Amino acid sequence: MPQIEQIAATLSSQVFWLLVFFGLTFVVVGLGMVPKIMGTVELRDNQIAGDLAAAQAARDIATAEEEAWRKRENANRVAAQSVIGEAKAKAAAASSAKLAEAQTRLDSRLAEAEGAIDAARISAMAEIETVAADAARDIVARVAGAEVDPAAAQAAVKEVMAHG
Amino acid sequence: MAAEASAAQAVQNLEAAEAGKVDPMKQFTIEPLLGSDWQLADGLSIAFTNSALWMALTAVLVWVFVAGGMKRALVPGRWQMAVETMTGFIDDLLEANVGKAGRKYVPYIFTLFMFILFGNLLGLVPVGLIPGVHAFTFTSHFTVTGVLAIMSFSIVLVVGFWKHGLHFFSLFWPSNTPAFLALPISLIELVSFMVRPFSLALRLFVAMMAGHVLLKVLASFVIAGGSGGIGTGILVGVPSFVLMVAISALEILVAGIQAYVFALLTSLYINDAENLH
Repeated sequence: MPQIEQIAATLSSQVFWLLVFFGLTFVVVGLGMVPKIMGTVELRDNQIAGDLAAAQAARDIATAEEEAWRKRENANRVAAQSVIGEAKAKAAAASSAKLAEAQTRLDSRLAEAEGAIDAARISAMAEIETVAADAARDIVARVAGAEVDPAAAQAAVKEVMAHG
Repeated sequence: MAAEASAAQAVQNLEAAEAGKVDPMKQFTIEPLLGSDWQLADGLSIAFTNSALWMALTAVLVWVFVAGGMKRALVPGRWQMAVETMTGFIDDLLEANVGKAGRKYVPYIFTLFMFILFGNLLGLVPVGLIPGVHAFTFTSHFTVTGVLAIMSFSIVLVVGFWKHGLHFFSLFWPSNTPAFLALPISLIELVSFMVRPFSLALRLFVAMMAGHVLLKVLASFVIAGGSGGIGTGILVGVPSFVLMVAISALEILVAGIQAYVFALLTSLYINDAENLH
């Protein structure tokens, strides 16, 4: 086993060169490079964490904005609804007022027309009486040859018309 | 130790006598490549060996791997993603076992994990296909794993006594336990605590060595079977080769697991020092 046989001859060389090369590695790599590499990793982790936080913040802001927009929109909708309701009520009132006005106008014209019709009928009646009395007088004169007084004829016609 | 060494020497001599045999232990031999007479002080040789070369290769590869992930792009590419996955893996490991205070140990645990992992994996690269080149797994030497374990254990001791002072000894004292039970338990705890660096070092060393020995033993079966004729080649050589392929895959898994276990246990021990109950 050379490890044991050569120990006396090689111990100092082994220890010396191990300390030299391990020490060099420790100083150059361990102390010089490893902290820098770990710093890079940490820097990256921080950057990622920062980016994630920024994204989260932006998302929160967007959510809040959307909430506010929703509220505003709801308020606007309610206002619009009330405006529509008001307009509807106004329009309904206006149309009912117009309708009422038209109704009264129609009523008055109807009444007027009815009055005119009555007057026409009365005058027509009077005309018919006169025509009937004249006719009766003519008939009497042709049939009986008697001259009837127009007033008497009129009275007789009136009596007959009254009895129907 | 000495007896074992001489026994191993005897075995080696015996095998050397039988020429043409594969010595499964030869791969762990340390050979100086240059500067075989370099010395720190009198008698302290610091020859640049094949072991040191593979440590250097590991260090360079770890550096190349991590440097490839240094673009620091906001959207990472594949390489950067791979490096960030590794640092994130160690970061999570410490976060889970030590908590927020574990962050400051990431450079050490990361270096430890990557150094062991790349060392383990490099030893498995079949560079032996190139004549004259031999792969070497420095984590299969307890001198190396021992130093790594002692470093981890020292950090635990320093942090423990620094943060808690002598109160750190309460680590061994079980809470809400009557004294006649707590006394022997604390002794057992102390022993298990002191054994930690050894278990840490031996676990990695044994796992790596065993895998490489097994691969070499199977390789010797393939060679012996092949040179024994067609019949033994098919009967012994082919199944051994198939097994080698499967065990190579297993060894890649073990390379990762052992590096992970070393890092995990170190972080668990650091947790004891950081968060004294």
